[in-house]
Amino acid sequence: MNPNCDEVRELLSAYADAELDLARTLSLESHLAVCAECTARLQRLRDFSRVLRERAPYHRMPAALKSRLPGLLDDDDGRAAAGPRQHGRGQILQWALPIAAALTLSVGLNLLIGSRRADGALVDEVVAGHVRSMMVAHLDDVASTDRHTVKPWFAGKLDYAPPVFDLAAHGFPLAGGRLDYLDHRAVAALDYRRGRHVINVFVWPAAGAESEAEPLTNSGYNIERWTVGGMRWWAISDLNAGELTSFAEQLRAAAIGAE
Amino acid sequence: MAEPHLDAAYNLARWLTRDPQDAEDVVQEAYLRAFRFFDGFRGGDGRAWLLTIVRHTAYSWLKQNRPADLHVEYVEDETGLHLHAADDAPLHATDPQTLMLRQADGLRIEIALRRLAPEYREVLVLRELEDLSYKDVAQIAGIPIGTVMSRLSRGRRQLRRVLEQLEKTA
Repeated sequence: MNPNCDEVRELLSAYADAELDLARTLSLESHLAVCAECTARLQRLRDFSRVLRERAPYHRMPAALKSRLPGLLDDDDGRAAAGPRQHGRGQILQWALPIAAALTLSVGLNLLIGSRRADGALVDEVVAGHVRSMMVAHLDDVASTDRHTVKPWFAGKLDYAPPVFDLAAHGFPLAGGRLDYLDHRAVAALDYRRGRHVINVFVWPAAGAESEAEPLTNSGYNIERWTVGGMRWWAISDLNAGELTSFAEQLRAAAIGAE
Repeated sequence: MAEPHLDAAYNLARWLTRDPQDAEDVVQEAYLRAFRFFDGFRGGDGRAWLLTIVRHTAYSWLKQNRPADLHVEYVEDETGLHLHAADDAPLHATDPQTLMLRQADGLRIEIALRRLAPEYREVLVLRELEDLSYKDVAQIAGIPIGTVMSRLSRGRRQLRRVLEQLEKTA
């Protein structure tokens, strides 16, 4: 039994978005197979959606506002709003750490119930570090696609030299780096990209045997972690699991090659 | 340096308030709320969580400063057109859809989208400009997924209507 055109019309938009449930998808497809009019309508919907995505203006946040936002938090109780102010990295770090703590606490509390892995607290910290980097105007302290710029930037800021590799040839360009705080210590955070997705890589010295990349999902993020060359590595992103695994493999291979 | 979440926050505020300065006010207020009420963060997608706060802040702001904006009924009020089942079918034999698509530049789309009622405008912006899933749109707009589905379907039809209308008067 085919649904009639009126019923189908209401579902076409969700079908074009690939958001229709399986039962209705099957029923709609059997109708499309015999109805040229609804098939043409579906095509128009897809064309229209494509035109919107290509041409509707996307309003990016003005740079002046971006740089003003962190300063708002300096004021008592967060009240304030007034004019533009300048803030150095030091001031940003001053509030970044309490926020990290708050994030860790809130994410952590949600995970307290139920069994936890040995790494549980660290997972929370990594997720918090990633979310925080996406929310504040503080993704990179040193913004550069050149590893010869990024790597020396860490000198004197950390008690180790983080390995920095460029994976642009594999479709994961380096975008920059910053200091972060994990596992009770300052660590290097490297910012890689895949299209519009951000991949945060945390790397710090760790004893222990070399290990393969081990995947993990937490709070909707995909994570890969491994040990190579006396360093512990964590990569986190909203990128799909397959692509993040391939990223982890490339980065791991680069680190092994450098040993 | 790219901060995808901040751009998304501003973009939504801008489309809801339809004014750059008002969007700045809303984003600043939302930013403070996001940090003040961090307990509300339950993990998951930070972008959806931030956009939920931006949307809530924008509606409070509009209610206080421009309540009339919340009751936009463009399609009926300004064009006299009433939506009916055949609205997504071609209007003329000369396929105005093709014509409209060819001529719909960014400015015209902006004008048309601004005229939609906010409940249709927001689902279109979240879906077409932010590429969010229906589940995320539902969370941000605080409505069931079925409502996201019907609002998007109707919103797209309305937007097409308005674009065609602009086309005729151009």
